[in-house]
Amino acid sequence: MDLITVSVQLLNAVQYGTVLFLVASGLTLVFGILGVINLAHGAFYMLGAYLAYWIALMTGSFALAMLGGVLIAFIVGMLLETVFVRLLYGRDHLAQVLLSFGLILVIDEIRQLLFGKDVHAVAPPAWLAGSIQLTDNLSYPVYRLAICVFCLMVAAAIFFVITRTKIGMIVRAGAENREMARVLGIKFDRVNRYVFAVGIALAALGGIVIAPISTVFPGMGDGMLILSFVVVVLGGIGSVAGAAVGALLIGLTDTFGKVFFPSVSSILIYVLMAAVLLWRPSGILGRRDV
Amino acid sequence: MFEMNATRLRVWLFTLACLIAAIALPFLAPTYYVQFFAKALIMGMLAMALNLVVGHGGLVSLCHAAFFGLAGYVLALLSPRYDAASLLTTFPLAVLSSAAAGLVIGALALRTRGIYFIMVTLAFGEMLFFFFHDTKVAGGSDGIFINVRPEIAVAGRQLLDLDKPITFYFFVLACLVGVVALLTMVVRSPFGHALAAARDNERRARSLGFPIFRIRLIAFALSGGLAGVAGYLAAAQFGFVAPQMLGWHQSATVLVMVLIGGLRSVTGPLVGALVLIGLEEVLKAHLDNWKLAEGLIIIGIVVMLPNGIRQIWPMIFGSSPEVPVDAGRAEAEHAVAEARHA
Repeated sequence: MDLITVSVQLLNAVQYGTVLFLVASGLTLVFGILGVINLAHGAFYMLGAYLAYWIALMTGSFALAMLGGVLIAFIVGMLLETVFVRLLYGRDHLAQVLLSFGLILVIDEIRQLLFGKDVHAVAPPAWLAGSIQLTDNLSYPVYRLAICVFCLMVAAAIFFVITRTKIGMIVRAGAENREMARVLGIKFDRVNRYVFAVGIALAALGGIVIAPISTVFPGMGDGMLILSFVVVVLGGIGSVAGAAVGALLIGLTDTFGKVFFPSVSSILIYVLMAAVLLWRPSGILGRRDV
Repeated sequence: MFEMNATRLRVWLFTLACLIAAIALPFLAPTYYVQFFAKALIMGMLAMALNLVVGHGGLVSLCHAAFFGLAGYVLALLSPRYDAASLLTTFPLAVLSSAAAGLVIGALALRTRGIYFIMVTLAFGEMLFFFFHDTKVAGGSDGIFINVRPEIAVAGRQLLDLDKPITFYFFVLACLVGVVALLTMVVRSPFGHALAAARDNERRARSLGFPIFRIRLIAFALSGGLAGVAGYLAAAQFGFVAPQMLGWHQSATVLVMVLIGGLRSVTGPLVGALVLIGLEEVLKAHLDNWKLAEGLIIIGIVVMLPNGIRQIWPMIFGSSPEVPVDAGRAEAEHAVAEARHA
């Protein structure tokens, strides 16, 4: 394999990893702050892709689709937290699993009612539609590069907010020691609502940016949910940096697995997960005492 | 030991009545209902198997559909194309495969706790799903047919043929009775008490010297094997297996059955399975978007009935002394105490 092919695969791996990071960071934030396991996370990824398809169809603008999709997901997240998710604080994991499973069924049916169950394609914005000629017979789509850059920017923004702002401090304090933070006067009612909405919006954003390079189809959320779980298990629950490491690992394993071991590539990420579980059961960057 | 108080007598009489009704059913109801009921009983078996780890072990597993489906696939792969497979060899092999899968997945997943455990079991379950979905081992995403149902034949003479609906129904019923008896024994044994003690207070149980990891692993593998019993029967009934049988939506649906039936009893999940499958049947018959209704009902149950449908009784008729709504603490003390004596 020559250098160009390797670098193309490397780009694919990073692009895949960054999108995974967007979705998984939402999941790990919601768990870290709210202590809630949300199986419906993948459903919002799917919903984001369908929203992007629908808004792009109505307006013809991908930028509007992106903005609108994220905004709608954010609002839905706020509403869901207010109505359902707050009932789960302090309840056992079984209740959380089953309530979010119920939500999946509801979201799937609502998607069916609004958008049907057809498979759709979304066009990337015109100025990103071309591709870069690498060699005579090898080219790389600009949109994939744009995804890398965009997702890295979002990741940088997330890290900036978490490590450098007051909101980030509250979020970290909540993940570290919730009771103590509450005693110090932080009102988690509001923090919870925003964190949940941001988590959902990140899942939807993942679905939106992936829509032009993948197809938009009803079952797309399920695969993504499992992948984000593996990312979170690899990286350590509640750790956004861990999610970044895990997502990149999965991106590399999956992309190069498909190149070198095509017949078993779908199993490889689970082998990776098993190895990490044997090595560090609480994840690469997780706290030891989990 | 042999004292028979009124409550126990009632339980025995109720069990006996249920059994008599179940035996009489095929002679009274049309074949369709007999098959429907057999399907519900099989799911009930799966729910009871799952409840050994969820209810008695306190471990929320999201991969039991994989054990269920794996046994089905083992039967499908061992079945000759135009002939009946031998029940006596395929049944143990299928169940053992599921138990072995439970042992391997359990050994890895049990290194984790709580939410990690849920995610890890979900991921490994999906690994098996993708294995059957993506590879050509067993028909890929199309699944495979089991053309002839298994039989027991000795020297060419057929003794038991699962192709006959009534024979199949009674075989399912026999397996069900066996599973209930086995689970009841396990739950009441010192092993079961130790499992419950580890659920209620892991640190305390550990400091009392129980090998928690090994106890949980054995329970997980046993539960996987029993899920395999249900999966074998389901595959034999439908004559078809597909990757969807192993999918995590199936696992989550069975968890709903467990929650509806109540976590603390052996046969509760069986009741939960009958309720949920009956409910699905009614919703399917009356609604196009029946899953929307099912999802809302599941959410409603989680929010309002954390201890299952047995809560409905005191909610409507006022509290009954027999059904403490939150018996968790007392039970915990009791379990640890009994485990210590064992």
